[in-house]
Amino acid sequence: MLSVSALHCERDERVLFTNLDFAIAPGEVWQVQGQNGSGKTTLLRILCGLNHDYSGDIFWQGEPVQRVSEEFRAGVFYLGHSPAINKALTPLQNLRWFCAVTGFSDDAAIEAALAAQGLRGYEDVPCRNLSAGQQRRVSLARLNLSPASLWILDEPFTALDRHAVAALEKQVAAKARAGGSVLLTTHHQLQLDWELKRIDLDALAGRRELRA
Amino acid sequence: MSRQTLGVWGSLRATFGRELLILWRSPGDIVNPLMFFVIAVSLFPLGGDADPTYLSGIAAGVVWVTALLAVMLSMESLFRSDYEDGSLEQLLLSPQPLYFHLLAKVAGHWLMTGLPLVILSPLLAMMLALPDEAYTPLIIGLLVGTPTLNLIGAIGMALTVGLARSGLLLAVLVLPLSIPVLVFGTGMVQAALAGLPYTGLVALLGALLVLALSLAPLAIGAALRISVN
Repeated sequence: MLSVSALHCERDERVLFTNLDFAIAPGEVWQVQGQNGSGKTTLLRILCGLNHDYSGDIFWQGEPVQRVSEEFRAGVFYLGHSPAINKALTPLQNLRWFCAVTGFSDDAAIEAALAAQGLRGYEDVPCRNLSAGQQRRVSLARLNLSPASLWILDEPFTALDRHAVAALEKQVAAKARAGGSVLLTTHHQLQLDWELKRIDLDALAGRRELRA
Repeated sequence: MSRQTLGVWGSLRATFGRELLILWRSPGDIVNPLMFFVIAVSLFPLGGDADPTYLSGIAAGVVWVTALLAVMLSMESLFRSDYEDGSLEQLLLSPQPLYFHLLAKVAGHWLMTGLPLVILSPLLAMMLALPDEAYTPLIIGLLVGTPTLNLIGAIGMALTVGLARSGLLLAVLVLPLSIPVLVFGTGMVQAALAGLPYTGLVALLGALLVLALSLAPLAIGAALRISVN
């Protein structure tokens, strides 16, 4: 699905990772590990196309991403640190816009996605009146809506309560079971009933002994 | 399920509508540039001379320059919240054509902030004793000129949105680029006052608008990619 060869990135004259090779196949869940500042977020932003300060090649379905950028963008969903939720708008309006830029309109699915996140009854409340956790759930409701086959999730478990964490873990496993792929970073101990593959940026940079 | 595929047009309407809705929900972003426009114009009779013959000479220039500054102030709300909450990343990553989405966004922003300035301008011109025959060229000029200013301002805003305090830098970047619009706009009023035709200057302003419409979204998109990086 997504593969990477000889990826190299340095920031502020510090090499974050070099000679990074991996290939994500359909139905796989990958976790990027590393201490703070090891370049996890940078790696995810490079992979989804927001950051261009790298050398090496990224392939989508075997083709260089530059050549298939439209298919690539349609096939990848990125959840970053910021929720991509406008606080002046209601959850319904926010998700409608997300669906529109993704290329479809479906109010029934939006309401179902909000209900699945436990936000039934909050559809028309401006997001600034919701709690941090609820805003995070509005953001996560996009997972139920996105038609993308690869999810790139940067710390998706922050600000979530225990039930929501369990629900999200189930959702990630279900995505993989359905033939999709997930690449995520988290400091939370994942409990997936699915095989988890790992990219350890500390080991790559030879920092293992520092953590012990 | 009632999933409907939206074409480019449908998704552009969503971006346009969202821009209107966001501004409508934060009225300060609409009202503050307007208040600035009114207050700054009304300072001229106070600070200068309240004599109508003196004021009518500077009226067009004063209205145009303050409108230009008010447009720059209003640009602050174009990308700031989208940058801070991550919606901008989502827009850059969407499979939709960025060019048209940026056009839709700037168009929505102009409708909510630029058009009110144009509507208010005859009132302020009256306060500055602008002669009757100069109203039509002033309004036409602002109507064609402010969208261009919005597009130019959006380039500057896209470049500086990643910086914490971008106001002054934005002005330094954008004001020099706005000079042609200002020159042709005030030139229209001067021509009308001298009894000369001003249609040629309207055409020039229109040409600038077409140029901005076709090129500015490319520059805005490139600048946003740099800012988000």
